[in-house]
Amino acid sequence: MTLTPLPITSAQRPDSLGRYGRFGGKYVPETLMPALSELEAAFYQYRDDPEFQAELQSLLRDYVGRPSPLYFAERLTQHYARPDGSGAQIYLKREDLNHTGAHKINNALGQVLLAKRMGKQRIIAETGAGQHGVATATVCARFGLQCIIYMGVHDMERQSLNVFRMRLMGAEVRSVEAGTGTLKDATSEAIRDWVTNVETTHYILGSVAGPHPYPMIVRDFQAIIGQETRQQCLEKWGGLPDILLACVGGGSNAMGLFHEFVEEPSVRMIGIEAGGEGVDSEKHAATLTRGRVGVLHGAMSYLLQDGDGQVIEPYSISAGLDYPGVGPEHSFLKDSGRAEYYSVTDKQALAGFQQLSRLEGIIPALETSHAIAFLETLCPQLSGSPRIVINCSGRGDKDVQTAAKFLNLM
Amino acid sequence: MKSLRDRGQCALIPFITAGDPDLETTAKALQILDRNGADLIELGVPYSDPLADGPVIQAAATRALAKGTSLDDVLSMLQRVSPTIKAPIILFTYYNPILNRGIETFLQDIYTAGARGLVVPDLPLEEVEALLQPARSIGIEVTLLVAPTTPKERIAAIATQAEGFIYLVSVTGVTGMRTEVETRVQDLLMELRSVTDKPIGVGFGISQPSQARQVMEWGADAVIVGSAFVKRLAEGEPHQGLEAIESFCRGLKAAIAE
Repeated sequence: MTLTPLPITSAQRPDSLGRYGRFGGKYVPETLMPALSELEAAFYQYRDDPEFQAELQSLLRDYVGRPSPLYFAERLTQHYARPDGSGAQIYLKREDLNHTGAHKINNALGQVLLAKRMGKQRIIAETGAGQHGVATATVCARFGLQCIIYMGVHDMERQSLNVFRMRLMGAEVRSVEAGTGTLKDATSEAIRDWVTNVETTHYILGSVAGPHPYPMIVRDFQAIIGQETRQQCLEKWGGLPDILLACVGGGSNAMGLFHEFVEEPSVRMIGIEAGGEGVDSEKHAATLTRGRVGVLHGAMSYLLQDGDGQVIEPYSISAGLDYPGVGPEHSFLKDSGRAEYYSVTDKQALAGFQQLSRLEGIIPALETSHAIAFLETLCPQLSGSPRIVINCSGRGDKDVQTAAKFLNLM
Repeated sequence: MKSLRDRGQCALIPFITAGDPDLETTAKALQILDRNGADLIELGVPYSDPLADGPVIQAAATRALAKGTSLDDVLSMLQRVSPTIKAPIILFTYYNPILNRGIETFLQDIYTAGARGLVVPDLPLEEVEALLQPARSIGIEVTLLVAPTTPKERIAAIATQAEGFIYLVSVTGVTGMRTEVETRVQDLLMELRSVTDKPIGVGFGISQPSQARQVMEWGADAVIVGSAFVKRLAEGEPHQGLEAIESFCRGLKAAIAE
């Protein structure tokens, strides 16, 4: 990187207006502004409240199954070893082992505890791959709250297993037919529901996107990933990781891993976007790689848009990365040079999917497979034996039908 | 609008989506509305992700975009037709197309095309500053919105910054036709009136002459009707749509004329 990283302090992320540098903010209809203020106030009130924290920590341990292990991927490490035995030491932060099979539950649980304290009885959420929808349906079942999940028709088809799981747990899954019927459209519809029912409803947004305070709240509930990682690294080798690697759609699993280390300049942070059929084609979802600054779903951030400022429908084999925007803090980390962002194609992601399955007996989500696949590019560039922590953000059971179509294993 | 209020009259502000069914029809519709009682006209710029809009206007925007309607197309149509109509034109657009063109260029371009006002539904008070100053110097009035959920202190702050008129959103929700206007609109109007003498337009959810009259009687300076126009204009052949909005516009105007 040729950019000199700006001094980054936690006070800037975000500032009092919810901005990360020039990114973030609250670009929403007036109707929602009081609700965003109410949510922000509730978050600040309960974030440091011992009773709230005790309830959250207890559920994270006994219900979610935290802490998630930091697993040394021995055969993956051997695969990338040089003839002299040196090479990247690869560790997986096993968020796939969480209850419901992904990192999404960390945030859903935190937000449902907030909603309960704010007296909201009705919960709505958007979902792409279905993991956030499943996590939200799960916590709503656990606390007996009405749950409505907005999901694009196209995603309902490619993630039908998750649709069944949500319905089984009592959630109503509403299909969204607008646009291409994917995550962007589901998010717009969830926001319209919230505008209409804001007085009774809490919107559990699933990524570090959307208007302030969501990027901050979601990040802080996901930050446990990085906090545990720091502790586990200390236990295993008495130091910090050298490289953090995570996939980025909206960016919540990456932000959850990165946040703890943003002010540790020795830790290199790499986010991997969905390159679809290639970032030079029209079919990709690589927002930070190919987007321009714009406003979507309440935040200023990088955005895939056409020359007229219309939002472009993104594409990825992975429903969870198929989003034309990205969390504002990622845009800030990119522009400041603190984090690096690259993309891998569908084809490369499928290779990563197979590789982790065969070498480690771990079937990763297609989203996660993007991060795995980047090892192929990254490892040959590295010298010595740096320790890489990959956020293994979700399990791949939900993706086997999609993958089977491409891999011809059936 | 101020002169109408001075005469004790309530203004009618119809809304249509540019490019649905096509820009030629939009141009004719603007002229028809102008001749049939519209005091101002809101022209919606079609956008891919209209968060504040209900199904009718969303669908109209999607159709307009599918036909390839660009901002340049909308503005050149407006530039052609605006000299032929009396009613001031207010553009209704989401923020991203403004940002994409560059705030100053956007404002200059819409002014040249003949627009005199701007409503940006996803730009609340906290974010509007970047737009307000350049708009003032170019001569575009930026209308701000007040919602049923807006707290009292905030209403006063918005009223101070708003130009042209204050847009009172009459429902907690998105645009679209409702069978009744919420009675709390009356309280909101009184609350707004107590902090400002700027004109107040009420919109979102008003679709019938009787509702328009109700809102006028509660003290609104203007009534904004959107989805009910957009729906009529989109039904049948373009000439049928134009006939439908002509009689609808007259009916609304009659209902709010003293």
